[in-house]
Amino acid sequence: MSAMTGPTPGEVVIRLSDVSKSFPPNVLAVRGVDLEIRRGDFLSIMGPSGSGKSTLLNLLGLLDVPTIGRYELAGVDTAGLADKARTSLRGRELGFVFQAFHLLARRTVLENVLLGMSYSGVPRGERRDRAVTALNRMGLAHRVGAYPPTLSGGERQRVALARAVAGTPTVLLADEPTGNLDKATSQGVLELLGELNADGLTVVVVTHDHTVARAAGRRHTMDDGRLREAA
Amino acid sequence: MTNPFTRRTDAFGVRDVVVEAILGLAGRPGRLALTALVVVLGIGSLVATVGFAQTGARQVQARFDAVTARHGLVKPAADQAQLGAAPPAALPWDAAERATRLNGVTCAGTITKLDPPPGQVTASPVHDPAAAPTRQPQIMTATPGLLDAVRGHLHEGVWIDNFHEQRAERVAVLGVRAARLLGVLRVDNQPAIFIGATSFTVIGVVDQVEYAADLLDAVIVPQSTARATLGLTNPGELHVGVELGAGPILSGQIGLQLSSDNPSGYQVVMPPPMSSTRQQLTADVNSLFLILGFVALAIGGVTIAVVSSMAVMERRGEIGLRRAIGATRGAVAAQFVAESAILGLLGGLVGTAAGTLVVTVWSLARGWTPVLDVRLAVAAAVTGVVVGVVSGLIPASRAASLEPATALQEGT
Ligand SMILES: Nc1ncnc2c1ncn2[C@@H]1O[C@H](COP(=O)(O)OP(=O)(O)OP(=O)(O)O)[C@@H](O)[C@H]1O
Ligand SMILES: [Mg+2]
Repeated sequence: MSAMTGPTPGEVVIRLSDVSKSFPPNVLAVRGVDLEIRRGDFLSIMGPSGSGKSTLLNLLGLLDVPTIGRYELAGVDTAGLADKARTSLRGRELGFVFQAFHLLARRTVLENVLLGMSYSGVPRGERRDRAVTALNRMGLAHRVGAYPPTLSGGERQRVALARAVAGTPTVLLADEPTGNLDKATSQGVLELLGELNADGLTVVVVTHDHTVARAAGRRHTMDDGRLREAA
Repeated sequence: MTNPFTRRTDAFGVRDVVVEAILGLAGRPGRLALTALVVVLGIGSLVATVGFAQTGARQVQARFDAVTARHGLVKPAADQAQLGAAPPAALPWDAAERATRLNGVTCAGTITKLDPPPGQVTASPVHDPAAAPTRQPQIMTATPGLLDAVRGHLHEGVWIDNFHEQRAERVAVLGVRAARLLGVLRVDNQPAIFIGATSFTVIGVVDQVEYAADLLDAVIVPQSTARATLGLTNPGELHVGVELGAGPILSGQIGLQLSSDNPSGYQVVMPPPMSSTRQQLTADVNSLFLILGFVALAIGGVTIAVVSSMAVMERRGEIGLRRAIGATRGAVAAQFVAESAILGLLGGLVGTAAGTLVVTVWSLARGWTPVLDVRLAVAAAVTGVVVGVVSGLIPASRAASLEPATALQEGT
């Protein structure tokens, strides 16, 4: 992690204050959530289907806006940010991993990882090295020229992980990253998350998998829109 | 807010938009080809239509130039008892020489119909006044330059030359129908015909003229000969060969050249200015087919819009991902506009090539010269891009307005 530009270790990078999100007509997906995440934290969020986990993660990811409440990311109050500023902040501070991978099928593994840096202002000259480094780290050095449809599920998720971290975000947001993977493969991905966290990356993972949840330093459960931290 | 560590050159720029658009299109080559094909049809039919029109107009123009635009006619003004109208002026005997001295005149000759005829025309000197009257050819006079001025063609023999004219030789050229009437089948044996009792040696037969079609029915003798022996009082009309575009100037000059006393005593018909006839022709041929071409192009535009809208729906996941990794709404919109602009450009280029090919093959099959304005090719390609951009605006704004969270969830 780039210690020069990011917050110092232990500093609060995410602060939610009494955040709620409702969808029309009257779904209260997230209710009054207060949450502080510090640099280097590893958070897991578990909970029944429909309890609001993805909604909360979208709020953290600046992909959606709270109906009420205050959200500060990397010291910036995100309320009232215009699209351009939100997007810039998102591209710089956040990395995403999804259950559905969201890799472009007609781009090679390397191109998919490069794409992850193309909007975020990483210097052009550094992108290839960073992509290759990230892919090496994910154990995919031999698949850089492959196309996603030829990869296994675990490999695809590791490509997505490489894409998410190649641009050195402050926080990695993962929504059920092992949801489409078998147990052994999940274990591999989980180990990678652990390694990244050990290197200083802040990780928030939404999961149904107890093994994944237990790996996190801070475990949370979500129920009917309310977030509770396990002791 | 912008990232203070982002240099301008590292930001997502126009080049990135174009590259992403090309990759996006290249990923679906079949769809690319089909969509572009519709634009190809539109642009191609436009280019072909304009090409046909230009080639056709050029062809008509060439014929028009060759005939109408190169002939002038001067005769004494009609004797109207009109107040203020100039009195008619007779053509001088040397009208043809005078006209030829003017710039822009390529050839000139006078022609006069002898009416009433000075005598009966027969193929033999034996004159039988009691015989039933036969159908008679006309009798006309001409000067050496006339044959060229009326674009005439000799079937055989020779035309009246300067020697005949200066010496008032008793020679005659027959129009092809007059020759048949008189039973003159060949001229190499120097047959004689008679006007009254005077004999004339037949030296040639004229079988085609563009003007003064009466010549084909006539016995034609040199003007000087007719003046000396047949009582011709003055020339009837002057035919002039005119250089392209010289008509308007000549109509102002020729009267003075023929008569300094009464320059406006003539009725002058000269070819109209070139430019106006050319534009007229081109404009007339184009309009209907041009409309059809634009209709085809509009269909091409609608096709791009529909296919791109479908693509936006299919690619929701990709759009959501791009937003998540830092693409602004504007960047997403730009990518989709760029994709349809490139589609339009491809369609425009291929359509221009196809239209040009069709026009070329069509022209060559007729032995015509294909005419295609280079500016037309450029305009066609630009039109393709414009159609692409306009058609891409709606799908692009749809893509941009997708909520990233929803797009990611619904898309794969
Ligand atoms: N865009 C939306 N419009 C309306 N309702 C929504 C929207 N997104 C989520 N919801 C509703 O909000 C509630 C929480 O949904 P969310 O996707 O956050 O649940 P989740 O905990 O992620 O569930 P799962 O474990 O099944 O992924 C659900 O009732 C869902 O129907
Ligand atoms: Mg969910």
